[in-house]
Amino acid sequence: MTDRQLSPLADDLTMWAALRRHTQARIGLGRAGSALPTRHRLELQAAHAAARDAVHSPFEPEVVAAGLTGEPTVRVRSAAGDRLTYLQRPDLGRRLDDIDRAHLPGGDWDLVFVVADGLSSRAVHEHAAPMVRATTALLDPGVRVAPVILAEQARVALGDDVAHAMGAAMVVVLIGERPGMSAADSLGAYLTYAPRPGTTTDADRNCLSNIRPPLGLSYETAASKLATLMGRARELGLTGVGLKDESDSPPLPLPVPSSGALPPNLRSSNAGGAGSFSPSGV
Amino acid sequence: MSTYTSTLGGHRYRFDSLARLLAAASPERSGDRLAGLAADSAQQRVAARWALADVPLAQFLAEPVIPYEDDDVTRLIVDTHDLAAFAPVAALTVGGFREWLLSEAADAETLAAVSAGLTPEMVAAVSKLMGNADLVAVARKVRVVTAFRSTIGLPGRLATRLQPNHPTDDPAGVAAALLDGLLLGSGDAVIGINPATDSPKAVRDLLELLDGVIQRYQIPTQSCVLCHVTTSVDLMERGAPVDLVFQSIAGTQAANASFGVTLGLLDEAYAAAGELNRGTVGHNALYFETGQGSALSADAHHGVDQQTVEARAYAVARRYDPLLVNTVVGFIGPEYLYDGRQILRAALEDHFCGKLLGLPMGLDICYTNHADADDDDIATMLTMLGVAGASFVICTPGGDDIMLNYQSASYHDALYLREVLGLRPAPEFEAWLDGIGLLDERGAIRDVSGTAHPLTAIGKELAA
Repeated sequence: MTDRQLSPLADDLTMWAALRRHTQARIGLGRAGSALPTRHRLELQAAHAAARDAVHSPFEPEVVAAGLTGEPTVRVRSAAGDRLTYLQRPDLGRRLDDIDRAHLPGGDWDLVFVVADGLSSRAVHEHAAPMVRATTALLDPGVRVAPVILAEQARVALGDDVAHAMGAAMVVVLIGERPGMSAADSLGAYLTYAPRPGTTTDADRNCLSNIRPPLGLSYETAASKLATLMGRARELGLTGVGLKDESDSPPLPLPVPSSGALPPNLRSSNAGGAGSFSPSGV
Repeated sequence: MSTYTSTLGGHRYRFDSLARLLAAASPERSGDRLAGLAADSAQQRVAARWALADVPLAQFLAEPVIPYEDDDVTRLIVDTHDLAAFAPVAALTVGGFREWLLSEAADAETLAAVSAGLTPEMVAAVSKLMGNADLVAVARKVRVVTAFRSTIGLPGRLATRLQPNHPTDDPAGVAAALLDGLLLGSGDAVIGINPATDSPKAVRDLLELLDGVIQRYQIPTQSCVLCHVTTSVDLMERGAPVDLVFQSIAGTQAANASFGVTLGLLDEAYAAAGELNRGTVGHNALYFETGQGSALSADAHHGVDQQTVEARAYAVARRYDPLLVNTVVGFIGPEYLYDGRQILRAALEDHFCGKLLGLPMGLDICYTNHADADDDDIATMLTMLGVAGASFVICTPGGDDIMLNYQSASYHDALYLREVLGLRPAPEFEAWLDGIGLLDERGAIRDVSGTAHPLTAIGKELAA
């Protein structure tokens, strides 16, 4: 038992330090009896707290609006009245509140951005406005961009409802992803051409995940991919499985499952294959 | 279809089918609400349980919850039902069945003998009348023993899956997490990786990495890289070192189709794995994962509540004599199991139902960060499932899976459970741990941090 009281030898410390270069996994934590040392227990709790706070922090649309420097915005809510309902009823998070739907500005829009809180308001507060700015900067001047919609208690498919109600040809939903313990501020971007509420499925979307500079995808890279996808979508008249991301860029950093509705088969195949990636829960 | 009624609080409740009755009798859970199947009120829920308690077990054979013509899992359940095994409980109602299960008459031998006579719907039904303690008490009596290179499910033993996942399948990163788990005495159920892609090349590389470590250190365990069953079959044909064939399965034909599997494909994989014959102490070569909510998530639940559909997945599993079956209990998210309370209940139900149906049940005791749960829920679940006699649990470094972004039990948690309940690793693995100097004089895992342990050669080579 006495060896448990000893400090780790220098070469052991060196070994774990060297191994940590290869993985972010919480390895070589040491022991207090059978349990974790106090420091590591508290570190885990801190990471979990950051993730929990990201899920439950209220969405502040004015934070995003302030970052958009003058672009018009419209605030809407989903049919999920509060966070508890939102987490348990993805169907309601996909539907606009009826009063809000009636007040959306209709028009001959080519594109509408929907900034949706999803599962991390923090991701949206930090990354949504810069992403809108970076993406619009790459668009052809002739593209008619609708006012940015700021949506609360919203899942990805809420964008279908918004775009359909406004008469927009294409929608980009920028949404806070499911927080992991090492990334609580990851933003996802979902592009859908000609969305129709109720009939459009996740197979009809293209997704960019883990927008989170400096550790994840940068705004410039994400915006450039998105703009390329939008151009191709307009040519082909579709998004989704028929539209591949062929933009020439380095491989994406750590894949972050962005969904709250991952079927268990994703444990065998996170990046595709049968059953495949389903972003529906965001 | 029959109609079921009961009167409670001066109100007469009516349920139009066995499926509706089962759903209404289920404990509160967000997935059943999402599916529109949950009881409308607390009183209706209890009324459903009163009505369910009076249903004869034989009624479940007469009224399949999903029609025979529509679903191959129903056909499997009906066609393989063993009437002779069913005979001792054939005259019981669901309520009577609960009392029989809890009685001394239902000992380990009796439960094993009746297992083939039970259907998933029968065990799901009785679980709805049981409290959490009932689920523990009965599951604890059931023994299911399987073996490949280690023996799983013996009394007084708890095995673990060592899960050294890495988000880009980096071999050095995987090996580092593998070393961490071995030094904490983990890995006797399986050393199992969820790869980042389903590419056969990537899967093969990981299989060879694991096989190399297992052979070099003569570890009595088995590896698994959790890829689609068709990938495994393909790799086996090409001579890759496949120990266990993995697949996620669900309780309806349509939900299995959404995973890209059919019973025919599983039959093929079962035959192929049997031919390889890589086990040393046994020949159970399949590994299945399940979890409540997958059928609803695939829009393939046929109006059946999520726990009953989950139990039906066990009928699929038991056809293939698996080494391991685990329910990934809190993985899919709070729209299916909202909080620690719902996840615990589901874990106990799944374990109970799987065990009664004759399966080597383990659990991935876990949650996602948007569920209302924390590490105290993990500790509660672990302790209850340990008492209930779970065959194995899944363990990750620090309880944090950096590939799948969810929280699970840790290697430390398994040490805790073995210590407080006096549980030991699988016998072959225990002997290996002892031989390599990882057991102390009490048989507990020695803390070797800071000592020159032979296994750290794995790490030193990587670190060099």
